[in-house]
Amino acid sequence: MSVVLETRSLVKRFGGLAATNEVSLKVERGARHALIGPNGAGKTTLINLLTGVLEPSSGTIALDGSDITHLSVHARVRRGIVRTFQINQLFNGLTPLSSLALTVSAQQGKSAGWWKPLGSDAAVAVECENLLERFRLADVMDLSVGLLAYGKRRLLEIATALACKPRVLLLDEPVAGVPEGDRQEIFETINALPAEVSILLIEHDMDLVFNFAKTVTVLVGGAVFAEGDVASISNDPRVKAVYLGEDDAADAVLAHG
Amino acid sequence: MNHADTAGLAPTARSLRGYARWRWWELALYAALPLSWLLLPGQALLLNEIAIVALFAVSLDLILGYAGIVSLGHAAFFGFGSYAAALFAKNWMPDPLTGLAVAVGASALLGLVTSVLILRGTDLTRLMVTLGVASVLYELANKLDTITGGADGLQGVVMGPLVTPFGRFDFDLSGRVAYAYSLLVLGVSLFVARRIVYSPFGVSLQALRDNRLRAASIGLSVRLRLVAIYTIAAAIAGAAGALLAQTSGFASLDVFDFHRSAEVLLVLVIGGTGYLYGGVFGAIVFKLLHDLVSAWTPQYWNFWLGLFLVVLVLVGRDRLVRPWTWFGRKR
Repeated sequence: MSVVLETRSLVKRFGGLAATNEVSLKVERGARHALIGPNGAGKTTLINLLTGVLEPSSGTIALDGSDITHLSVHARVRRGIVRTFQINQLFNGLTPLSSLALTVSAQQGKSAGWWKPLGSDAAVAVECENLLERFRLADVMDLSVGLLAYGKRRLLEIATALACKPRVLLLDEPVAGVPEGDRQEIFETINALPAEVSILLIEHDMDLVFNFAKTVTVLVGGAVFAEGDVASISNDPRVKAVYLGEDDAADAVLAHG
Repeated sequence: MNHADTAGLAPTARSLRGYARWRWWELALYAALPLSWLLLPGQALLLNEIAIVALFAVSLDLILGYAGIVSLGHAAFFGFGSYAAALFAKNWMPDPLTGLAVAVGASALLGLVTSVLILRGTDLTRLMVTLGVASVLYELANKLDTITGGADGLQGVVMGPLVTPFGRFDFDLSGRVAYAYSLLVLGVSLFVARRIVYSPFGVSLQALRDNRLRAASIGLSVRLRLVAIYTIAAAIAGAAGALLAQTSGFASLDVFDFHRSAEVLLVLVIGGTGYLYGGVFGAIVFKLLHDLVSAWTPQYWNFWLGLFLVVLVLVGRDRLVRPWTWFGRKR
């Protein structure tokens, strides 16, 4: 399998604190890769580095072998690195339909059009219809995003990411705050993505992680603590000790995540 | 949008098309523009002022209401267009349409250059930077008196006739030709602005106003878009300034003054931001209020304006324009 996304000795310091410390990570084509670790392990910081929201203090990031360390956020999205946010980042003044129509237009290279209305493009409308159906947003498509219930907002967050047609999808706790019943559905949609899409998942729910992922990387204190397939990680005594431990303290930490 | 056009479409496509459909009050507004010219010939001078302020406020709405860029120095572009038009008429050519094009081009260029200043920082930085740019231009116009006439203003600007396919029209004292000219520029600008705000580019401005991080995360270049709309808004503000200079035959330092930037912001707040026509309604209300109150009590105009603003903001525009909701019970 070929490596799609690779970091070499990635470091991010905030003052004296190294939130990301010498992280070298390889995400393979079609990967179902989970990133786990206790709170404050630097998971979201790593995603922010990969997507260009943060600039690394040192180290490099490569996509398909070419250096993207200093590319802007939007340029990386155009190359296929797409993320969802742990805390919903939505366009509250738009509707779900117009949000998705804008995203699809951007994906199809039509977002610079300044004369024809957004809604005049048939290809965009068809794609929006599919997304709204798949994420059960059709009934609220004309409401203001700011007025949607949390569950719908979460679905829109993920639908927006998928509308970008990712090649590498970074999911930052996609089902955080989603009721149990809807979680499976979101994961089914994610699982239904084409096999060549590489997925890096941050998740606290270990059942979901072990069902979904083939590879697991454990981050602790900003550094890679362990890496391997699901079986070896779930049986690794060191990982158990820091993270999966049966002791109540660790559980309490997880529950708050 | 007519129904035969959309009947065969899926609900999503129909809904998506519906966003840009013409509302009845929009059509009424466009119809009211030529009607005001026909029906109120005696008020052309006042109406001309209203049209110019309206155009200026619409341009501010494009950056403030749509893209979320706050500005306390929008008069920089208004003034620049004003002086560009006046200087062009005085030194090169008295043709108003050519002068308008030159003023629009010059203001757009100024917008393009100064847009780099508003990309970084917070709203507070932007307020200060825009204020600063307008102040710098004010003092430049004051200091370069060999070109601009300094504190005396640029006098003796003689405009040529409007040359149209329907004939040549000289600007007259009653202001009817001037008003027709301003109305035409306002109408065309509004139409173009309307195309822009409903386009993918226009919707992307609202998106980045709401959430810049997400806008970038769907692959949109936030900076390029801000530069583009700032330049467009500067061009339209420049057009408004040019109209003022051309229809009054005069450009003075006053066009760069802080009170002009503040006034256009007031006008826009009165009319409402983010739906394109706020500037037009705001200009009408503001100018009529000004005219009525100053006729009644000339010294205390600011008192009544202030009171009106406080009431407007506290009660809310939506309730203020719907008197029948004032005494009903809150639901």
